[in-house]
This record gives sequence, structure tokens and C-alpha cells, in this order.
Amino acid sequence: MSLRRWSVTLLAALVALVTIAPLIWMVSVSFMARGEAAQFPPPLWPASPTLENYHLLFGTFGVGHFLFNSILVSTLATGLALLFTIPAGYAFAKLRFKGRDAIFRMLVAALVVPGQIGMLPLFLELKAMGLVNSYAGALVPWLAGIFGIFLVRQYCLSIPDEMLEAARIDGASEGQILRCIVLPILTPIIVTLALYVFLSSWNDFMWPLIVLADQGLYTLPVALAASSRQNVQDYEIMMAGAVVTTLPVLILFLALQRYYLDGLLAGSVKG
Amino acid sequence: MNAQPRTGKSASAVGRANKTRAGWAMSSPALAAILLFFVLPAIASLFLSFTDFDIYALADIENLRLVGLANYQRLLENPLFWKAMTNTLLLVAFGTPFIVTLSLFAAMLVNSRWLKWRPVWRVALFAPYVTTLVATAVVWRYLLHTRYGLLNYLLSFFGVPPIDWLGSPTASLPAILLFVGWKTFGYNMIIFLAALQTVPRELDEAARIDGANWLTRLRHVTLPAIGPTLLLVSVLTVAAMFQLFAEPYVMTQGGPAQSTVTILYFMYEEGFKWWNLGSGAAVAFLLFLCIMAVTLVQLRFAKRSGAI
Repeated sequence: MSLRRWSVTLLAALVALVTIAPLIWMVSVSFMARGEAAQFPPPLWPASPTLENYHLLFGTFGVGHFLFNSILVSTLATGLALLFTIPAGYAFAKLRFKGRDAIFRMLVAALVVPGQIGMLPLFLELKAMGLVNSYAGALVPWLAGIFGIFLVRQYCLSIPDEMLEAARIDGASEGQILRCIVLPILTPIIVTLALYVFLSSWNDFMWPLIVLADQGLYTLPVALAASSRQNVQDYEIMMAGAVVTTLPVLILFLALQRYYLDGLLAGSVKG
Repeated sequence: MNAQPRTGKSASAVGRANKTRAGWAMSSPALAAILLFFVLPAIASLFLSFTDFDIYALADIENLRLVGLANYQRLLENPLFWKAMTNTLLLVAFGTPFIVTLSLFAAMLVNSRWLKWRPVWRVALFAPYVTTLVATAVVWRYLLHTRYGLLNYLLSFFGVPPIDWLGSPTASLPAILLFVGWKTFGYNMIIFLAALQTVPRELDEAARIDGANWLTRLRHVTLPAIGPTLLLVSVLTVAAMFQLFAEPYVMTQGGPAQSTVTILYFMYEEGFKWWNLGSGAAVAFLLFLCIMAVTLVQLRFAKRSGAI
């Protein structure tokens, strides 16, 4: 039995190692001297680790600016998404208003429509509104997060009605009930939703690529993709760029993984 | 305060009116955003596809004309459109079983009762999913490099000659599939894992005592128990495979010999490189029809086999 235990664990360790090997290699190569990675056989570790690539990235290539853009866009996207979806999710769960169930059924149906279908008209719409080539244009899709409404609604359904009724009898307004009673209960799902939106908007590529034409507005993925199409030979720099792009979200995920995985399951169960 | 005490009935009527007002007030910002930035563009896409919206119409809307189905007709005559369609269908046909199988085995491994330190392995296998797609695509392009890449180096130990993964029209799609599989299997694994945890251990144990081998138990105990999840994961994976864009954009730019042009990549170039927005919208609409059609076939197949 103990042998079986060890062989299964060993197999899992092996699979895990193969899975994260590309990420480890990415970090390792980012510390190599320039030209060191273009060798056969490929070196696994830097001969003498150097921060040269990162100096070049933040100095010559101005990655700090793209990092700032990414942080700004993702933070605003998260804040706005919470502001729009939390009240809506709560209303769909707990406030019986006319037309609610019909609208909710339509939202369920809309979930199967991929966002890319409307990308070209959305671009024209934002162009008419003067929002193309601005941070606002990049933020717009995060206002229309149907998934977030579902997530919050699902969680709100578990709040007992008696609790809300008691507050109403005590004379609390609906806004006060949301702020003072519902929000504290929702804390775990708010963390989940915030994490989900932050990571998704940070990793998002196609929409920022379309809507942000000015290089000064590029987020990290857009800037990295643009430079990867140009200086292909500088593997060490590209790996350092990949580290800067993906490490923040990877660390954020590792720190808050429980919230993320809970949200993933809650989201997938309803499809 | 009212001078007269309210009767219970009218108080609840006031409460109902309050709730209605509050309900609309709280949900209307989100609903307005969904209407304006999701529903409206999706519907407009269909109308746009019946026009010749191009760079001239972009400059002056006077140049816009209705062209009926001309965009669709021209697409069906365009070899690159068919190439994109074929590539995408190949990715769906091979990618879906590949990724679903990979995810299921990973989930079964992590679910094994003999496994120690389960949370560690679970997080390690899930990690690629939360990384930035563009960043890991850049990493994989290097990983798949013919001369300096780690993959060919590993394969050389098994006597496999160097493969030009991203430079040969036959290897490029499998290379992209390999990357997509690595990137996404963790997500499906978590969903499978949740389903597997609901399968009673005793059932599996009883089958084992009856002498059923691993494969038989998988077929007759595990798979029937997680049928609906299998369907869910397949539907999600099909939709994801239809929507590959950043992978070819970063790794191959659609090449070599257009072997990695996907429908979405084709739509992007049609719309934002050549500014044929009418034609691009037609591509988007066809993509939507394809996803719907395949999903419906999957649902029907699942119904027939009794999974749902």
C-alpha cells in the first residue's frame, strides 16, 4: 500500500514538474546574459545570473509605462465591474420586480453568445462615442459582465429573506440594506469576483489590441505581442518581458487561489 | 410618519413598490451596459454583414450600401476563408478530445486516494490557466524553437530528429494544440475534480473487488457518474477551440502557408487590417452559427446516450 502511495505521488510530481517547467524555464532564461539562450543544447540555468534584461526592459524599452497601463486598466475594470454587477446580482436574487424573471432568462440565453460576435460593431459604436484609443474603450466590455451578475445572484439566494424583512420593518431603505447588511455577507464572493475580473482584464488581449491604437496606451500583453513580432532573436529579453507580464497575476492567484477556484466552480455549474 | 396607522396590506403594497423601484435602480446600470455594449453590437453584427462597410464608409458613412448576401457569397468563394474554416474545424475535432482526455486523466490522478500533498499538485497543474496567454505563447514559441527549444532537445534523447514545429505547415497546428492543451487543461481538471468527488468511493471499490480492471471501472463506473460534467466540459472546450486568436497571432502570425489562420484570426485581419467590416461581421456571424450548430449536435448526442 505504501508503495502504491509513493508511486502515485511520484507520478503526480512528475506531471506537475512537466506542467510548470515552461514557467520555470521562462524565469531562468530571463536571468541569462544576452545571447546565452541561443545555444544548443539549451542551457537550463544561467551561467551567471544577471538583471541586465530587466534593466533594459525598464530602461530602454520603457516597460514600466505598460505595467502602469495594465495596473490602471485592470484596477478600474475591477472597480467598475463590482459597482455594476453587485447591485444587479442582489436585485435579481432578492428584489421581486416586474419583468425580472423574463430578463434573467434572456441573460442566461445571452451567456452562450461569445463576445467576439459583436466586436466589429462595438468598435464602430465606441468610435462614434469617441472612446476608441482610450482607456475607457478598453474598460467598456467589463461593465457588461453577465457572469458576475450570476455569481453574485447565486450567492445572494442563500441570504435568508427574514433578515432583510427585519431590516425593512426597522425602517432601513433598500440602499441601506444592500450596503449595511448584504455587502458584509457577500465579502467572499466579492473577493472572488474582483480577482476574476482583475485576472481576466489583465490577461485580455484581443479587445485591447483592437481598441488601443496608440502605443502609449498599450497594456502589457499588447506591448509584448507587438515586440515579439519584431525582435524575435532576443530570447532573454522576451522571457523577461513574459515574466513581467505574467508574474503579477500568477502571484495574485497563488495568494488567493481558494477564492478563484470557488468562483470557477460556481460559474461552471451554471454554465 | 402617517397620522393613521397603516393596515398590513397597504404596508406590504408600499414595500412591493419600494422593492420594484429599488430592483430597477440596482439592476438598470448593469442592464443598460449589457444592452449597449453586448446585445446591441451582437445584433448590429448581423446588419453590418449585409452592408459593404469598409474604409470608405469609415471615412464617410455616405459610402455605405446594402449589399444583401454579397459578403457571404464572396466569403464562400474565398480560399483563405475555407482554409481558416478547415484549420478551426481541425482544432475543434482534434483539440476537444485531446484536451478533455488530458483534463480527465489529470483530475483522476489528483483525485487518487493514494495521493499525498494533493493541494500542491492541484495548484501546480492549474497554474498555466491563470498565466497571461500572450506571455506564455511567447515562452512556448521559444520552447518549440527548432534549434534552441527545450522540446526538441528532450525529443533528441529519444532519437527524434529536430522538428520545425512552428515553421512547417504540417507541424504548426499540432504545436499550437500542444500549447493550448497545456494552457487550458487545468481549468477542465478543476471541474472534473469536483464531479469526481461526488462519485462514491464504495462503488469503485466494489467494482475492484469484483475484479474489474482500471479501464473497465473507468468505462462503467466513473464515466457514467460524471456524464453531465463530461458534456459541460466538451461544450466549453468546443467553444474555446472555435475562439483561438492570440495563439496564432503571437506564435505564427497565421503562417506558415496560412496553416494556422483560425476563423477569429481571419475575422480580425478582415476587419482591422483590411477594414472590410461588413465582410468581417459576416465571418463573426458564421462563427456564431458554427458554435451553435456543434453545441446542439453535442446536446443531442448527449441526450441519446442518456448523459442528461
